[in-house]
Amino acid sequence: MPAAIECRDLRKTYDGKVEAVRGLTLSIAPGECFGLLGPNGAGKTTTIEILEGLLAPTSGEVTILGQTWNTHARELREQLGISLQETRLSEKLTVRETVELFASFYQDPRPSREVLEQLQLAEKADSWVGKLSGGQRQRLAVATALVGNPRILFLDEPTTGLDPQSRRQLWDIIRAFQRNGGTVLLTTHYMDEAERLCDRLAIVDHGVIIAEGSPADLIDRLGGHHVVEFSVSSNGDQHAKDKWNALPSVESVREEDGLFSLSVREPHLTIPALLEAVGQQGSALLHLTTRQASLEDVFVRLTGRHLRED
Amino acid sequence: MTVAQQAPQTESTKPPSPPPQSRNGRWSGYTCLLKARMLELKREPEVVFWVFVFPLLLALGLGIAFRNKPADVTSIAIIQGSGASDALAMIENSPRHAAIHAQILERQAALQGLRLGKFDLLVVPDGKGGFEYRYDPARPESVLSHAEVDDTLQRAAGRKDSLSTTTVASSEPGSRYIDFLIPGLIGMNLMNSGMWGVGFSLVDMRQRKLLKRFVGTPMRRSDFLLAIMSSRIVLMVIEIGLLLVFGTLFFHMRVLGSWGTIALLGAIGSVTFGGVGLLTASRAQKIESISGLINLVMMPMWIFSGVFFSYERFPAVVQPFIRILPLTALNDSLRATILEGASLASQSGRLLVLLLWGGISFVLALRWFRWT
Repeated sequence: MPAAIECRDLRKTYDGKVEAVRGLTLSIAPGECFGLLGPNGAGKTTTIEILEGLLAPTSGEVTILGQTWNTHARELREQLGISLQETRLSEKLTVRETVELFASFYQDPRPSREVLEQLQLAEKADSWVGKLSGGQRQRLAVATALVGNPRILFLDEPTTGLDPQSRRQLWDIIRAFQRNGGTVLLTTHYMDEAERLCDRLAIVDHGVIIAEGSPADLIDRLGGHHVVEFSVSSNGDQHAKDKWNALPSVESVREEDGLFSLSVREPHLTIPALLEAVGQQGSALLHLTTRQASLEDVFVRLTGRHLRED
Repeated sequence: MTVAQQAPQTESTKPPSPPPQSRNGRWSGYTCLLKARMLELKREPEVVFWVFVFPLLLALGLGIAFRNKPADVTSIAIIQGSGASDALAMIENSPRHAAIHAQILERQAALQGLRLGKFDLLVVPDGKGGFEYRYDPARPESVLSHAEVDDTLQRAAGRKDSLSTTTVASSEPGSRYIDFLIPGLIGMNLMNSGMWGVGFSLVDMRQRKLLKRFVGTPMRRSDFLLAIMSSRIVLMVIEIGLLLVFGTLFFHMRVLGSWGTIALLGAIGSVTFGGVGLLTASRAQKIESISGLINLVMMPMWIFSGVFFSYERFPAVVQPFIRILPLTALNDSLRATILEGASLASQSGRLLVLLLWGGISFVLALRWFRWT
């Protein structure tokens, strides 16, 4: 089946100096939910805007549903729904008027009433946009994208800044869209969003893809299965890291501010050995937790930085 | 009976037919954009004030302040001395005594009064039956007073006119300040609301990424611009209508031109300034920069284009530059149409100026306009 979204060796340089995207290649199948995961400034927004046809690439090819922006812009716009990062819609129009305005641009839109109900905005249909909460505004933004009955939905950081309940509501809407056969491309810097929604991911950093695959696959290949975190009372030993690395079933060691993180396959082998080693050293364990590896760990393994600089 | 029982059953098991899917026509986007724009304007109280109410207040204030009054009474002083009381008597007995306010003062007080503008003229008896006049040639009321008082005193002393003349006072409507002002205010209002309404709101939409969002839909860019221009024209009709109705009701203005011609002129002016506004807004990314730009463009025209006073007061060397400004062309043609009933054909030169400004602005703006 031909890909829904395809790009080859995409590059974008601003003002001849800032290289935002440096050779990106992607292929997204129809019906897939694909995520671009990466920290701020990784080039995710630039990439998605090029794919949405809103920005011209410096070089590289883009094919959407088998057509290019240069040749079939009008036809493509009828089949896509986009939600940009931080769009501020007109504050003095009502929710219903906003959705109907966007519906008027498409040849065959869905009935506005139906879209409002699906996005749980029916109660607020006659309220001014200026009076909505953050979560409601974001749902409205997605409503304007869905009213055109698109085949592909582009979402740039759809849940940034939202409270947990609003985030979950949006996730449900995105999943429902996908269940109806739609394709989704979203960008995010939240690893829980990427893990829950995306069938496949590309981890983006500094304008290139540093890893690609399904979330489980990435965690498995690059994150280890578990993470054992601990800190000890005396860390004077220079070769502490090597010592921990030598423990059974350990794949890698990382240290941050005195906190050691071990990527471990089988914690039941590692932890007893760790306790023994600490006891032999004469130190005491100050802190010990064990958890499942996540995409955050994958990212840290690959780049040495966190997804979100908190 | 069985048939009757069965009939309702089949009715209820028939699946409901879905409502017909509405297919949007070619102009649904344009219509909806225009409707949305008008709704937004209606719901923005500041806009309603500045575009509709403020020009009326301005016309009211200026019209009252500069209303035609009967010729001012002039205040003069006669310096003490022999002959002073004769002069006073001559003035008080003359037919013009109501227009000349004379008093006798000692020298210092009189001189100071002339200096401070309290008196327009000083009459100094020279002790030989004649008088010396002291006046300030830089002040029009002083010059006038000199002529009037001299005439009064000469007639009182017995001067006879050699030439037979008659005088007809003529005060035609259409020559008052308010008649001059209202077309100027119309032109200025069209410029203001065109530049701010189009220029500012476009940059605001660009800054909020709304332009980018619209461009991501199948919306035609031409429909978007057409909707903005259409809303300008709707507003123009209301703006001009309000000012002219106000002028005719409150100040008894006489509108000689046909309303159709005036409306057409207003439409051309609106679209021209819409185009200039579009050009000004084509690249600005922030509302701070567009505000500065709009003021920069409009300021020369507020001063030079004959809104509040005639531009013919400016030196001859700048007159050609003033005449090619779009607001000058608009004001001049509005005055000609409203006050003199001039035909559209007679204004062809000025219309050409407007159309060139509008046309060139549109062409350049469309080439440079940043949608994303």
